[in-house]
Amino acid sequence: MAKVVLKLGDDISTDLIYPGRYMATVLPGETPQFAFADLTEFNAKLKAKQIPPGSFVVGGKNFGCGSSREQAVSTLKGHDLVIVAEDFARIFLQNSINLGLTLVTAPGLEAAEGDELEVSGNRLLNRSSGKSFATLELPKARQAIMDAGGLILYTRRRLLDMLHQSAR
Amino acid sequence: MGMTVVEKILARASGRQSVRAGEVVEPRVDLAMSHENAALVINQFFEVYRDTGYEPRIWDPSRVAIIFDHRVPAESPKTASNQKKIREFVAKHAIRKFHDIRGDVGGICHQILPESGYVRPGFVVVGTDSHTTSHGALGAFSLGIGATEMASAWALGIAVNIEVPRTIKVNVTGTFLPFVGPKDLILRLIGELSAQGANFRVIEFHGETIRKMSTSGRLVICNMSVEAGATSGIVPADEETIRYLREESGVTDPVEPVLPDRDAVYEKAIGIDVSNLQPQIACPHTVDNVKPIDIVAGARVHQVVIGSCTNGRLDDLQMAAGIVRGNKVAQGTRMLVFPASGRIYQQALEQGLVADFMKAGAVVMNPGCGPCLGIHEGALGDGEVALSTTNRNFKGRMGNPNSEVYLCSPAVAAASALAGVITDPRKGG
Repeated sequence: MAKVVLKLGDDISTDLIYPGRYMATVLPGETPQFAFADLTEFNAKLKAKQIPPGSFVVGGKNFGCGSSREQAVSTLKGHDLVIVAEDFARIFLQNSINLGLTLVTAPGLEAAEGDELEVSGNRLLNRSSGKSFATLELPKARQAIMDAGGLILYTRRRLLDMLHQSAR
Repeated sequence: MGMTVVEKILARASGRQSVRAGEVVEPRVDLAMSHENAALVINQFFEVYRDTGYEPRIWDPSRVAIIFDHRVPAESPKTASNQKKIREFVAKHAIRKFHDIRGDVGGICHQILPESGYVRPGFVVVGTDSHTTSHGALGAFSLGIGATEMASAWALGIAVNIEVPRTIKVNVTGTFLPFVGPKDLILRLIGELSAQGANFRVIEFHGETIRKMSTSGRLVICNMSVEAGATSGIVPADEETIRYLREESGVTDPVEPVLPDRDAVYEKAIGIDVSNLQPQIACPHTVDNVKPIDIVAGARVHQVVIGSCTNGRLDDLQMAAGIVRGNKVAQGTRMLVFPASGRIYQQALEQGLVADFMKAGAVVMNPGCGPCLGIHEGALGDGEVALSTTNRNFKGRMGNPNSEVYLCSPAVAAASALAGVITDPRKGG
């Protein structure tokens, strides 16, 4: 169980999550400082480590729309945030699975800042309102990547299989 | 049951007779494109190889393209160092489709790929840029991916675990009114579909209006398909595609169009008649907040931007120059022009368009992404309003969250620069 630390609307773009002017910074170890940089108060709390790991950021529809910039995922992953939304834009969703950022897809979800949420099986419980919402599974095409612990490890395993095969 | 264009492309690239929407495939990659974010791709590529005991090796360097465009020339030591790191990697791994910061072969990736003949009908193209959807204009399945996914493609030569997308068929009929064109069409469609209406789907364009449209115009509509969430836009290749590849890209080897089956299965079909289409404007702060120009005409603009991977091509510059020629940009408004490539810049010079712009008071910048994504130049001041031919107007997009961006066609942008307010090019300033 953890708190909703930020409640956002529909169509949250990668420009809000990680503004373009910080795109020269690319390494996952360096991107977390710019998470939601234009939401200056929230960004300050993140940098001051006032947001506990596992906290929820709640969006509406089409979360992560816009750019393919992977910084928009590594910046959130760096703070161990969990993103809950009604649905996610394709590239953001794939990048999240590839880097191991936890996403929860919950159509019709209702939650306010400060609410306590809990993910339990395929339900999302809002402990504060007492309401519960069904969650959707991530695309089955991506299951193998999740099982491997991310795309780097998955690709490494596939690569070694390929190299060993061709060596035979 | 028949297949859509993308189903056919994915079937062929996966070595299968047929595929259906929803199936999982692993297509071989024909072209893998990155820009400055290759710095991150390289990092992730080395991560893949870490502790394997093997020397990092790109599966096929001839299929990798790297183009510098986002911050050219470098705006900071950080960018310059990233670009240096990429140059060293490119040299070591013998990547020949590399376009450095140059006046002859440099430019924006989504212009360089088509004009260099790197994209062919039927190709599977992946790019670490969301506007990689552009290359569907040449009948390719072309999609944006993240940097780690690109590192995976560099190592394996395939796009791992792709779900075959469903396809929305868009049939466009009618002839555009003067000063109305492809940008107005795609803005209108995004307004209708919404920013999420094509998420996880392909938009396949058909109809007489598309058949008559130049490749330059097709690049506009495929480029912005991603603003409706589309995985890719695609125009099935035809005579115009082949003409473009032969005459403008210098392609001499055989070109094989991939066409949809007559009984292909679409998720839905949309018809648009452009005969009475008015100039369209995407209002702040979402691309699907689209209104006909009458609703917003008269709004004050401080900066007009013409260029980008969406509308920085020669026909765009010709349209805009034709409007500003002999006139002056309004006092209190600045007009920035970014040709999409060095080649286009030279053509604009030869045709006198650069002189037209400069005499009118516009500033003609070097090819690149420029102010479109707010990281390099042309930032907006607090409370300022931009009118731009680029593709996104998200809050903060042009470098300042306390500013607004409207999106439009080159004709509207040019007419508005003269008037200092959003202006219908058919009515003048």
